[in-house]
Amino acid sequence: MVQKFDKPILTPSQTAGPYVHIGLAPEACGIEDVPFETLGREIAGPEAKGDRIKITCRVVDGGDLPLRDCLVETWQADAAGIYPGQEGADPAVSGFGRMPADFTTGEIIFETIKPGAIALSGDRKTPPHISFWIFARGINHGLHTRMYFPEDDLSGDPLLARIEHRDRIATMVAEATGPGEYRFDIRLQGAGETVFFDI
Amino acid sequence: MTGRLIPREAGIHPPLFTPTYKTSVLRSPERALISFDSSPSEETGPTFGHMKLGALDNDLLLNYARPGTSAIGERIIVHGRLLDENNRPIPNALIEIWQANAGGRYRHKKDGYLAALDPDFGGCGRTITGEDGSYAFRTVKPGAYPWPNGPNEWRPAHIHFSIFGHSFGQRLISQMYFEGDPLIARCPIAQTIPDKAALDRLVAALDMGETKPMDAIAYRFDIVLRGHRQTHFENRPEGL
Ligand SMILES: [Fe+2]
Repeated sequence: MVQKFDKPILTPSQTAGPYVHIGLAPEACGIEDVPFETLGREIAGPEAKGDRIKITCRVVDGGDLPLRDCLVETWQADAAGIYPGQEGADPAVSGFGRMPADFTTGEIIFETIKPGAIALSGDRKTPPHISFWIFARGINHGLHTRMYFPEDDLSGDPLLARIEHRDRIATMVAEATGPGEYRFDIRLQGAGETVFFDI
Repeated sequence: MTGRLIPREAGIHPPLFTPTYKTSVLRSPERALISFDSSPSEETGPTFGHMKLGALDNDLLLNYARPGTSAIGERIIVHGRLLDENNRPIPNALIEIWQANAGGRYRHKKDGYLAALDPDFGGCGRTITGEDGSYAFRTVKPGAYPWPNGPNEWRPAHIHFSIFGHSFGQRLISQMYFEGDPLIARCPIAQTIPDKAALDRLVAALDMGETKPMDAIAYRFDIVLRGHRQTHFENRPEGL
Protein backbone atom coordinates (compact mmCIF):
# COMPACT_ATOMS: atom_id res chain seq x y z
CA MET A 1 0.00 0.00 0.00
CA VAL A 2 1.04 3.58 -0.58
CA GLN A 3 -0.23 6.91 0.61
CA LYS A 4 -3.33 7.86 -1.30
CA PHE A 5 -3.73 11.26 -2.79
CA ASP A 6 -7.19 12.49 -3.34
CA LYS A 7 -7.23 13.44 -6.99
CA PRO A 8 -10.70 14.00 -8.40
CA ILE A 9 -11.74 12.65 -11.79
CA LEU A 10 -11.96 15.33 -14.47
CA THR A 11 -15.40 16.20 -15.75
CA PRO A 12 -15.54 14.51 -19.17
CA SER A 13 -16.62 16.40 -22.26
CA GLN A 14 -19.88 15.83 -24.13
CA THR A 15 -21.01 17.21 -27.46
CA ALA A 16 -22.57 20.66 -27.47
CA GLY A 17 -25.41 19.17 -29.53
CA PRO A 18 -27.62 20.88 -32.11
CA TYR A 19 -29.28 23.31 -29.71
CA VAL A 20 -26.12 24.93 -28.39
CA HIS A 21 -27.32 28.31 -29.63
CA ILE A 22 -29.96 28.50 -26.91
CA GLY A 23 -27.26 28.82 -24.31
CA LEU A 24 -24.39 30.43 -26.15
CA ALA A 25 -25.86 32.42 -29.04
CA PRO A 26 -29.58 32.78 -28.25
CA GLU A 27 -30.43 35.40 -30.84
CA ALA A 28 -29.18 33.08 -33.58
CA CYS A 29 -31.86 30.44 -33.04
CA GLY A 30 -35.12 32.32 -33.00
CA ILE A 31 -35.43 33.08 -29.30
CA GLU A 32 -37.27 36.34 -28.94
CA ASP A 33 -36.68 38.58 -25.95
CA VAL A 34 -33.41 36.83 -25.17
CA PRO A 35 -32.64 37.10 -21.48
CA PHE A 36 -29.07 38.12 -22.33
CA GLU A 37 -27.04 38.64 -25.46
CA THR A 38 -24.26 36.54 -26.93
CA LEU A 39 -20.84 37.06 -25.38
CA GLY A 40 -17.71 37.55 -27.44
CA ARG A 41 -19.23 39.75 -30.14
CA GLU A 42 -16.53 42.39 -29.85
CA ILE A 43 -12.99 41.05 -29.87
CA ALA A 44 -11.33 44.42 -30.35
CA GLY A 45 -13.20 47.66 -29.70
CA PRO A 46 -12.93 50.75 -31.92
CA GLU A 47 -10.14 52.13 -29.72
CA ALA A 48 -7.97 49.03 -30.05
CA LYS A 49 -4.46 49.54 -31.42
CA GLY A 50 -3.35 47.57 -34.44
CA ASP A 51 -4.41 46.68 -37.97
CA ARG A 52 -8.06 45.88 -38.32
CA ILE A 53 -8.74 42.60 -40.10
CA LYS A 54 -11.74 40.62 -41.25
CA ILE A 55 -11.78 36.83 -41.24
CA THR A 56 -14.23 34.59 -43.06
CA CYS A 57 -14.26 30.96 -41.94
CA ARG A 58 -16.02 27.74 -42.64
CA VAL A 59 -15.81 24.45 -40.82
CA VAL A 60 -16.12 21.57 -43.31
CA ASP A 61 -16.88 17.92 -42.51
CA GLY A 62 -15.40 14.76 -44.04
CA GLY A 63 -18.12 14.78 -46.71
CA ASP A 64 -17.14 18.28 -47.82
CA LEU A 65 -20.22 19.87 -46.31
CA PRO A 66 -19.86 23.08 -44.29
CA LEU A 67 -21.17 22.76 -40.74
CA ARG A 68 -24.12 25.08 -40.34
CA ASP A 69 -24.72 24.30 -36.70
CA CYS A 70 -21.26 24.81 -35.22
CA LEU A 71 -19.90 27.56 -33.04
CA VAL A 72 -16.37 28.84 -32.99
CA GLU A 73 -14.63 30.57 -30.12
CA THR A 74 -11.43 32.51 -30.60
CA TRP A 75 -8.78 33.82 -28.24
CA GLN A 76 -5.98 36.17 -29.20
CA ALA A 77 -3.45 38.70 -27.98
CA ASP A 78 -3.44 42.45 -28.62
CA ALA A 79 -1.33 44.12 -31.30
CA ALA A 80 1.72 44.00 -29.03
CA GLY A 81 1.34 40.27 -28.42
CA ILE A 82 0.02 40.71 -24.87
CA TYR A 83 -3.01 38.71 -23.81
CA PRO A 84 -5.88 40.40 -22.01
CA GLY A 85 -5.34 39.99 -18.29
CA GLN A 86 -1.57 40.22 -18.65
CA GLU A 87 0.27 43.33 -17.57
CA GLY A 88 0.25 46.11 -20.14
CA ALA A 89 -2.54 44.62 -22.28
CA ASP A 90 -4.54 46.97 -24.51
CA PRO A 91 -7.75 47.64 -22.52
CA ALA A 92 -9.76 47.93 -25.75
CA VAL A 93 -9.06 44.30 -26.66
CA SER A 94 -11.23 41.61 -25.06
CA GLY A 95 -9.42 38.95 -27.09
CA PHE A 96 -12.41 36.61 -26.96
CA GLY A 97 -14.77 35.90 -29.82
CA ARG A 98 -17.78 33.59 -30.04
CA MET A 99 -19.46 33.17 -33.41
CA PRO A 100 -22.19 30.81 -34.62
CA ALA A 101 -22.02 29.60 -38.23
CA ASP A 102 -24.68 30.96 -40.53
CA PHE A 103 -27.61 28.55 -40.59
CA THR A 104 -27.72 28.60 -44.41
CA THR A 105 -24.15 29.02 -45.62
CA GLY A 106 -22.08 27.85 -42.67
CA GLU A 107 -19.99 31.01 -42.92
CA ILE A 108 -18.50 32.66 -39.88
CA ILE A 109 -17.35 36.24 -40.40
CA PHE A 110 -15.69 38.32 -37.74
CA GLU A 111 -13.58 41.42 -37.35
CA THR A 112 -10.71 41.99 -35.01
CA ILE A 113 -7.18 43.37 -34.97
CA LYS A 114 -4.14 41.39 -35.99
CA PRO A 115 -2.41 40.10 -32.87
CA GLY A 116 1.31 40.60 -32.32
CA ALA A 117 3.89 37.88 -31.93
CA ILE A 118 3.77 36.26 -28.50
CA ALA A 119 6.90 36.45 -26.34
CA LEU A 120 8.13 33.16 -24.94
CA SER A 121 10.90 32.76 -22.38
CA GLY A 122 14.34 33.79 -23.56
CA ASP A 123 14.11 35.89 -26.69
CA ARG A 124 11.90 33.52 -28.66
CA LYS A 125 8.53 34.42 -30.05
CA THR A 126 5.55 32.61 -31.46
CA PRO A 127 4.36 34.23 -34.68
CA PRO A 128 0.98 36.01 -34.56
CA HIS A 129 -1.92 33.61 -34.34
CA ILE A 130 -5.50 33.31 -33.21
CA SER A 131 -6.54 30.24 -31.19
CA PHE A 132 -9.73 28.54 -32.33
CA TRP A 133 -11.99 26.21 -30.40
CA ILE A 134 -14.69 24.51 -32.48
CA PHE A 135 -17.72 22.74 -31.11
CA ALA A 136 -20.93 21.35 -32.56
CA ARG A 137 -23.26 18.40 -32.72
CA GLY A 138 -21.14 15.35 -33.53
CA ILE A 139 -17.97 16.77 -31.97
CA ASN A 140 -17.41 14.95 -28.68
CA HIS A 141 -14.69 17.24 -27.43
CA GLY A 142 -14.03 20.83 -28.54
CA LEU A 143 -11.40 20.95 -31.29
CA HIS A 144 -8.47 23.27 -30.76
CA THR A 145 -6.43 24.74 -33.58
CA ARG A 146 -4.66 27.97 -34.49
CA MET A 147 -4.89 30.33 -37.41
CA TYR A 148 -1.62 31.86 -38.58
CA PHE A 149 -1.15 34.63 -41.16
CA PRO A 150 0.23 34.06 -44.67
CA GLU A 151 2.51 37.12 -44.57
CA ASP A 152 4.46 35.95 -41.49
CA ASP A 153 7.59 33.85 -41.16
CA LEU A 154 6.50 30.78 -39.22
CA SER A 155 9.90 29.12 -39.00
CA GLY A 156 10.65 30.04 -35.37
CA ASP A 157 7.49 28.65 -33.83
CA PRO A 158 8.32 25.79 -31.42
CA LEU A 159 4.81 24.38 -31.69
CA LEU A 160 4.89 24.21 -35.48
CA ALA A 161 8.39 22.73 -35.28
CA ARG A 162 6.75 19.74 -33.59
CA ILE A 163 4.69 18.85 -36.65
CA GLU A 164 6.42 16.06 -38.50
CA HIS A 165 4.40 16.28 -41.72
CA ARG A 166 5.46 19.77 -42.75
CA ASP A 167 2.84 20.06 -45.48
CA ARG A 168 0.15 20.04 -42.79
CA ILE A 169 1.25 23.44 -41.46
CA ALA A 170 -0.47 25.08 -44.42
CA THR A 171 -3.82 23.89 -43.01
CA MET A 172 -3.40 26.44 -40.21
CA VAL A 173 -2.47 29.38 -42.43
CA ALA A 174 -5.23 31.70 -43.59
CA GLU A 175 -5.47 32.81 -47.20
CA ALA A 176 -5.25 36.55 -47.93
CA THR A 177 -8.28 37.58 -49.98
CA GLY A 178 -7.85 41.36 -49.95
CA PRO A 179 -6.33 44.15 -47.88
CA GLY A 180 -6.86 43.12 -44.26
CA GLU A 181 -9.11 40.26 -45.33
CA TYR A 182 -8.51 36.58 -44.81
CA ARG A 183 -10.22 33.29 -45.44
CA PHE A 184 -9.71 30.35 -43.11
CA ASP A 185 -11.31 26.99 -43.79
CA ILE A 186 -11.15 24.36 -41.09
CA ARG A 187 -11.36 20.79 -42.42
CA LEU A 188 -12.42 18.31 -39.78
CA GLN A 189 -11.53 15.17 -41.70
CA GLY A 190 -9.88 13.72 -44.79
CA ALA A 191 -7.83 15.48 -47.46
CA GLY A 192 -6.35 18.70 -46.14
CA GLU A 193 -7.47 17.90 -42.61
CA THR A 194 -6.64 20.80 -40.29
CA VAL A 195 -4.09 20.18 -37.56
CA PHE A 196 -5.78 19.94 -34.17
CA PHE A 197 -3.99 20.09 -30.87
CA ASP A 198 -4.11 18.54 -27.46
CA ILE A 199 -2.39 21.27 -25.48
CA MET B 1 -1.30 33.49 -16.59
CA THR B 2 -1.35 30.67 -14.10
CA GLY B 3 1.37 28.36 -15.34
CA ARG B 4 1.65 25.14 -17.28
CA LEU B 5 -1.53 23.16 -17.68
CA ILE B 6 -1.52 19.55 -16.57
CA PRO B 7 -1.95 17.36 -19.67
CA ARG B 8 -5.42 15.91 -20.06
CA GLU B 9 -5.63 12.46 -18.56
CA ALA B 10 -6.18 9.79 -21.20
CA GLY B 11 -9.42 7.82 -21.17
CA ILE B 12 -11.60 10.42 -19.44
CA HIS B 13 -12.89 12.43 -22.39
CA PRO B 14 -14.72 10.58 -25.15
CA PRO B 15 -12.81 9.77 -28.31
CA LEU B 16 -13.77 11.92 -31.28
CA PHE B 17 -14.73 9.05 -33.59
CA THR B 18 -17.66 7.17 -32.02
CA PRO B 19 -19.71 5.40 -34.73
CA THR B 20 -22.63 4.61 -32.43
CA TYR B 21 -23.11 8.39 -32.22
CA LYS B 22 -23.49 8.71 -35.97
CA THR B 23 -22.92 12.43 -36.46
CA SER B 24 -19.38 12.03 -35.12
CA VAL B 25 -18.42 9.83 -38.08
CA LEU B 26 -17.86 12.71 -40.54
CA ARG B 27 -17.01 15.31 -37.92
CA SER B 28 -14.02 13.64 -36.27
CA PRO B 29 -10.39 14.10 -37.35
CA GLU B 30 -8.63 10.99 -38.64
CA ARG B 31 -5.17 12.24 -37.80
CA ALA B 32 -3.90 12.15 -34.24
CA LEU B 33 -4.10 15.37 -32.27
CA ILE B 34 -0.71 17.05 -31.87
CA SER B 35 0.26 17.09 -28.19
CA PHE B 36 2.33 19.90 -26.79
CA ASP B 37 3.07 21.64 -23.52
CA SER B 38 0.89 24.66 -22.95
CA SER B 39 2.12 28.15 -23.83
CA PRO B 40 0.77 31.63 -22.99
CA SER B 41 -1.86 31.18 -25.72
CA GLU B 42 -3.49 28.38 -23.70
CA GLU B 43 -2.51 29.49 -20.19
CA THR B 44 -4.31 32.80 -20.52
CA GLY B 45 -8.00 33.05 -21.27
CA PRO B 46 -11.06 35.26 -21.18
CA THR B 47 -12.34 36.15 -17.73
CA PHE B 48 -15.86 37.16 -16.90
CA GLY B 49 -15.69 37.86 -13.15
CA HIS B 50 -16.28 41.57 -13.78
CA MET B 51 -19.39 40.92 -15.88
CA LYS B 52 -22.64 42.38 -14.60
CA LEU B 53 -25.24 39.65 -14.57
CA GLY B 54 -28.98 40.12 -14.39
CA ALA B 55 -30.68 39.11 -11.16
CA LEU B 56 -32.52 36.25 -12.90
CA ASP B 57 -29.70 35.05 -15.15
CA ASN B 58 -29.32 31.86 -13.09
CA ASP B 59 -33.05 31.41 -12.50
CA LEU B 60 -34.59 29.62 -15.47
CA LEU B 61 -37.89 29.30 -13.60
CA LEU B 62 -38.35 33.05 -13.95
CA ASN B 63 -35.96 34.49 -16.53
CA TYR B 64 -38.27 33.91 -19.49
CA ALA B 65 -41.58 33.80 -17.61
CA ARG B 66 -44.33 36.34 -17.91
CA PRO B 67 -44.76 38.46 -14.79
CA GLY B 68 -46.53 36.60 -12.03
CA THR B 69 -45.95 33.13 -13.41
CA SER B 70 -43.11 30.62 -13.78
CA ALA B 71 -42.00 27.76 -15.99
CA ILE B 72 -43.98 24.51 -15.91
CA GLY B 73 -42.31 21.38 -14.59
CA GLU B 74 -40.59 19.80 -11.64
CA ARG B 75 -38.85 22.66 -9.80
CA ILE B 76 -35.19 21.88 -9.15
CA ILE B 77 -32.03 23.51 -7.86
CA VAL B 78 -28.75 22.47 -9.49
CA HIS B 79 -25.74 23.49 -7.48
CA GLY B 80 -22.16 22.50 -6.85
CA ARG B 81 -18.59 23.68 -7.00
CA LEU B 82 -16.16 24.32 -9.80
CA LEU B 83 -12.78 22.84 -8.91
CA ASP B 84 -9.54 22.03 -10.65
CA GLU B 85 -7.92 18.63 -10.51
CA ASN B 86 -5.72 19.81 -7.62
CA ASN B 87 -8.96 20.22 -5.64
CA ARG B 88 -8.67 23.99 -5.70
CA PRO B 89 -11.86 26.02 -6.16
CA ILE B 90 -12.08 28.10 -9.36
CA PRO B 91 -13.67 31.42 -8.41
CA ASN B 92 -15.10 34.13 -10.72
CA ALA B 93 -15.61 31.70 -13.58
CA LEU B 94 -18.47 31.73 -16.06
CA ILE B 95 -20.88 28.78 -16.24
CA GLU B 96 -23.61 28.82 -18.90
CA ILE B 97 -26.37 26.24 -19.25
CA TRP B 98 -29.12 25.39 -21.72
CA GLN B 99 -31.78 22.70 -21.68
CA ALA B 100 -35.10 21.43 -22.98
CA ASN B 101 -38.29 22.24 -21.13
CA ALA B 102 -40.11 19.77 -18.89
CA GLY B 103 -41.65 18.12 -21.97
CA GLY B 104 -38.30 17.61 -23.70
CA ARG B 105 -38.74 20.45 -26.20
CA TYR B 106 -36.08 23.05 -26.95
CA ARG B 107 -36.85 26.66 -27.75
CA HIS B 108 -34.86 26.45 -30.97
CA LYS B 109 -35.95 26.89 -34.57
CA LYS B 110 -34.39 23.53 -35.50
CA ASP B 111 -36.30 21.53 -32.87
CA GLY B 112 -39.48 20.08 -34.35
CA TYR B 113 -40.37 17.62 -31.57
CA LEU B 114 -44.13 17.45 -31.07
CA ALA B 115 -43.96 18.20 -27.34
CA ALA B 116 -45.27 21.69 -26.61
CA LEU B 117 -43.20 24.78 -25.97
CA ASP B 118 -43.73 26.39 -22.60
CA PRO B 119 -44.38 30.10 -23.12
CA ASP B 120 -42.76 30.79 -19.76
CA PHE B 121 -39.54 28.85 -20.33
CA GLY B 122 -36.58 29.98 -22.44
CA GLY B 123 -34.04 27.36 -21.43
CA CYS B 124 -30.81 29.26 -20.86
CA GLY B 125 -29.00 30.58 -17.83
CA ARG B 126 -25.61 31.69 -16.66
CA THR B 127 -23.75 32.48 -13.47
CA ILE B 128 -20.32 33.34 -12.10
CA THR B 129 -18.76 31.09 -9.45
CA GLY B 130 -18.19 32.44 -5.95
CA GLU B 131 -14.88 32.67 -4.10
CA ASP B 132 -15.22 29.02 -3.07
CA GLY B 133 -16.07 27.93 -6.62
CA SER B 134 -19.74 27.49 -5.76
CA TYR B 135 -22.59 28.08 -8.17
CA ALA B 136 -26.35 27.44 -8.31
CA PHE B 137 -29.16 27.48 -10.84
CA ARG B 138 -32.89 27.16 -10.36
CA THR B 139 -34.81 25.55 -13.22
CA VAL B 140 -37.22 22.77 -14.14
CA LYS B 141 -36.11 19.20 -14.66
CA PRO B 142 -35.84 18.77 -18.43
CA GLY B 143 -37.78 15.98 -20.14
CA ALA B 144 -36.22 13.14 -22.08
CA TYR B 145 -36.56 13.58 -25.84
CA PRO B 146 -36.25 11.43 -28.96
CA TRP B 147 -33.58 12.02 -31.58
CA PRO B 148 -32.96 10.47 -34.97
CA ASN B 149 -29.65 8.72 -34.31
CA GLY B 150 -31.36 5.31 -34.33
CA PRO B 151 -34.95 4.24 -34.96
CA ASN B 152 -35.99 4.63 -31.32
CA GLU B 153 -33.40 6.60 -29.43
CA TRP B 154 -34.07 8.87 -26.45
CA ARG B 155 -31.76 11.25 -24.70
CA PRO B 156 -31.79 10.95 -20.93
CA ALA B 157 -32.84 14.11 -19.12
CA HIS B 158 -29.82 16.41 -19.24
CA ILE B 159 -28.65 19.98 -18.86
CA HIS B 160 -25.91 21.27 -21.18
CA PHE B 161 -23.05 23.02 -19.40
CA SER B 162 -20.46 25.40 -20.85
CA ILE B 163 -17.59 26.13 -18.48
CA PHE B 164 -14.67 28.52 -18.52
CA GLY B 165 -11.79 28.23 -16.11
CA HIS B 166 -9.18 30.96 -16.20
CA SER B 167 -7.23 29.56 -19.17
CA PHE B 168 -8.38 28.96 -22.74
CA GLY B 169 -6.90 25.47 -22.42
CA GLN B 170 -9.38 24.66 -19.64
CA ARG B 171 -12.43 25.33 -21.79
CA LEU B 172 -15.07 22.60 -21.49
CA ILE B 173 -18.57 21.82 -22.72
CA SER B 174 -20.44 18.90 -21.23
CA GLN B 175 -23.82 17.61 -20.09
CA MET B 176 -25.24 16.86 -16.67
CA TYR B 177 -27.46 13.83 -16.14
CA PHE B 178 -29.72 12.92 -13.23
CA GLU B 179 -29.25 10.17 -10.67
CA GLY B 180 -31.23 7.03 -11.41
CA ASP B 181 -32.13 7.73 -15.05
CA PRO B 182 -32.36 4.38 -16.91
CA LEU B 183 -31.81 6.12 -20.26
CA ILE B 184 -28.19 7.01 -19.43
CA ALA B 185 -27.08 3.42 -20.00
CA ARG B 186 -28.87 3.39 -23.38
CA CYS B 187 -27.68 6.77 -24.63
CA PRO B 188 -25.07 6.69 -27.43
CA ILE B 189 -23.87 10.18 -26.46
CA ALA B 190 -23.43 9.45 -22.75
CA GLN B 191 -21.83 6.14 -23.71
CA THR B 192 -19.14 7.85 -25.81
CA ILE B 193 -17.34 8.17 -22.47
CA PRO B 194 -15.29 5.00 -22.17
CA ASP B 195 -14.75 5.01 -18.43
CA LYS B 196 -17.65 4.22 -16.10
CA ALA B 197 -16.25 6.31 -13.24
CA ALA B 198 -15.82 9.27 -15.62
CA LEU B 199 -19.42 8.97 -16.81
CA ASP B 200 -20.55 8.84 -13.17
CA ARG B 201 -18.89 12.24 -12.79
CA LEU B 202 -21.63 13.63 -15.09
CA VAL B 203 -24.50 12.24 -13.04
CA ALA B 204 -25.79 14.72 -10.49
CA ALA B 205 -26.81 13.29 -7.14
CA LEU B 206 -30.08 13.97 -5.39
CA ASP B 207 -29.23 16.32 -2.52
CA MET B 208 -31.88 16.28 0.19
CA GLY B 209 -29.77 18.60 2.34
CA GLU B 210 -30.18 21.48 -0.11
CA THR B 211 -33.71 20.52 -1.13
CA LYS B 212 -36.18 23.20 -0.11
CA PRO B 213 -39.23 21.66 1.57
CA MET B 214 -42.46 22.42 -0.28
CA ASP B 215 -40.46 24.21 -3.00
CA ALA B 216 -37.68 22.58 -5.06
CA ILE B 217 -35.61 19.37 -5.18
CA ALA B 218 -31.85 19.89 -5.23
CA TYR B 219 -29.22 18.06 -7.26
CA ARG B 220 -25.53 18.42 -6.63
CA PHE B 221 -23.13 18.62 -9.56
CA ASP B 222 -19.45 19.36 -8.95
CA ILE B 223 -17.34 20.16 -12.00
CA VAL B 224 -13.61 19.44 -12.25
CA LEU B 225 -11.43 21.15 -14.86
CA ARG B 226 -7.82 20.42 -15.61
CA GLY B 227 -5.40 22.26 -13.35
CA HIS B 228 -2.00 23.87 -13.46
CA ARG B 229 1.24 22.22 -12.50
CA GLN B 230 3.07 23.43 -9.45
CA THR B 231 6.29 24.97 -10.62
CA HIS B 232 8.90 22.83 -8.86
CA PHE B 233 11.98 22.46 -11.00
CA GLU B 234 10.32 23.88 -14.10
CA ASN B 235 12.35 23.78 -17.29
CA ARG B 236 11.22 25.31 -20.52
CA PRO B 237 13.61 23.55 -22.87
CA GLU B 238 12.11 24.76 -26.10
CA GLY B 239 11.97 28.34 -24.97
CA LEU B 240 8.22 28.34 -24.33
FE1 LIG C 1 -29.73 18.25 -25.43
